[in-house]
Amino acid sequence: MSTITAKAPPVETPFLRLARDFARSRTALAGLAVLALIVLAALLARWVVPQDPYDLAQLDILDGMMAPGSLGGGGWTYWLGTDDQGRDMLSAIVFGLRTSLLVGVVATLIALAVGVAVGLLAAYAGDRVDGLVMRLVDIQLSFPAILIALILLALLGKGVDKVIVALAAVQWAYYARTIRGSALVERRKEYIEAAQCLALPHRRIMMRHLLPNCLPPLIVVATVQVAHAIALEATLSFLGVGVPVTQPSLGMLIASGYQYMLSGDYWVSLFPGLALLVTIVAINLVGDRLRDVLNPRLNH
Amino acid sequence: MLVFILRRLAQSAVVVMAMSVLVFAGIFAIGNPIDVLISPEADEFERAAAIARLGLDKPMHEQFLRFVDSALGGDLGTSFVHGVPALGLVLQRFPATLELALCAMLVAVVLGIPLGLWAGLKPDSLAGRVIMTGSILGFSLPTFWVGMMLIMAFAVTLGWLPAGGRGETAGLFGVPWSFLTADGLAHLILPAVNLALFKLSLVIRLARAGTREVALQDYVKFARAKGLAPARVVGVHILKNIMIPVVTVLGLELGSVIAFSVVTESVFAWPGMGKLLIDSILQLDRPVVIAYLLVTVLLFVVINLIVDLVYSLLDPRIRLGGGRA
Repeated sequence: MSTITAKAPPVETPFLRLARDFARSRTALAGLAVLALIVLAALLARWVVPQDPYDLAQLDILDGMMAPGSLGGGGWTYWLGTDDQGRDMLSAIVFGLRTSLLVGVVATLIALAVGVAVGLLAAYAGDRVDGLVMRLVDIQLSFPAILIALILLALLGKGVDKVIVALAAVQWAYYARTIRGSALVERRKEYIEAAQCLALPHRRIMMRHLLPNCLPPLIVVATVQVAHAIALEATLSFLGVGVPVTQPSLGMLIASGYQYMLSGDYWVSLFPGLALLVTIVAINLVGDRLRDVLNPRLNH
Repeated sequence: MLVFILRRLAQSAVVVMAMSVLVFAGIFAIGNPIDVLISPEADEFERAAAIARLGLDKPMHEQFLRFVDSALGGDLGTSFVHGVPALGLVLQRFPATLELALCAMLVAVVLGIPLGLWAGLKPDSLAGRVIMTGSILGFSLPTFWVGMMLIMAFAVTLGWLPAGGRGETAGLFGVPWSFLTADGLAHLILPAVNLALFKLSLVIRLARAGTREVALQDYVKFARAKGLAPARVVGVHILKNIMIPVVTVLGLELGSVIAFSVVTESVFAWPGMGKLLIDSILQLDRPVVIAYLLVTVLLFVVINLIVDLVYSLLDPRIRLGGGRA
């Protein structure tokens, strides 16, 4: 006898559906896994690497410029070689990742907050404010990010905080433009009109009604922008206007290997570069997939 | 059309003015102008004399007018390091950067369009997918690191090409160019390829997207049905129609290539404006930084203006809708 078990479908929250859609792409899952590993390694840097690369007491100058795979004086193998001060490159890379990720994520969050506030206000206020703000955004976006960041850092000087400020100043315009676009569309919908008829305060309409409905495209832009920010930070540090020597990022590590590369000691530059590349590609893979999942219309 | 041009010119003028106010604010209001304009090696007397000469004791609006006045006269101060006018120094380095940027563009177009066409005509083939994956890599790879790896591979390991510098140059119109000598060309290859990489990926994507769209149009189907040779269909009917977006984007990107040459020039020790900018920032030679900035802003405004005008001429579908253009 066959019993028809009318099992009610499990209640599917939007988040669960998103996760399932996301998992359908294997490359994106792989990207997410790699990214999780990288973030975890950076967060737990002190515990996952053999040496604190910036504790001079742990460095042995006799181990300087050893090729990858050499056995060091401390009894362990330098799988990725050492730099001129006998610093284990693997440890330096994990610590460098920490600075790179910190700068990229914090700068993106600040830019996101500023951009959202400005873009939302522009769309909600309309007319004059909108025209003025968007002209400003247009002008800023007509100049390449690297140029603006370079000039800001030339004025501000070196430092992790200054790099974050410069990157945030470069990025806010993208968010302002993105959220304004979706806010303009949402604004004309009935639920906003309804909220306005209820005479809710403007702030409440913007924050509780408009903002949540404009978020999906922003998440995509923000993910990809973290990768941009990390690459830009690396470039700026390579050019010598980014983070200070005491808190080196991946870009700084690559730059410090430049002088040795010409004599054939490739590893000081090669491995930090590969770490940077893997990080950026992983973020981009996740970002691309998020875009497809969150917005089926963009699914070419 | 005339109204459009005038409106666009006025817009550009506003941008240039806004940028000079920003530069002024950045240098004179945020930073200490005395540090910016007077060499740190100057002693107390020179300092006082320079403050009076530069009018730094005057009120802010007078200082601004003074700044605009001397900037319009082409006087942007004297380089602390080189002891010559900053503007002249920047302009003197400009041809090297322009040469590099144009060569990079050439590489991007010559390689990018055929690759993009191929990927667009056969999107599911192995070659098509390899090309697209390559273009994703091109977007992700940091330019400076690729440059270093190019030096590593072709200059250090293989020894085929020089690692840096401009090589031998030959004069044309009173300006030295590298591409006129064999040695200069050899020096030009690696930096041009390095700088082209990002734009190459962009051209491939544009050409591919355009090809996929155009290949489905009725006129292409008709040309095929008519029995035209496939080479002619691709070369004439498809190629012509994907060129408009490619040309526009490339025009707009020329400015960004010039800006990005800062990175490539630093890696390859190419003596252009970008390297000058970095050297000047590191040596605190601020008059040169200001001069570079103003020259670049002007360059960008002019490029954007030209592209807008050419675009509206090229594509008759674009209606010059007054204020919205």
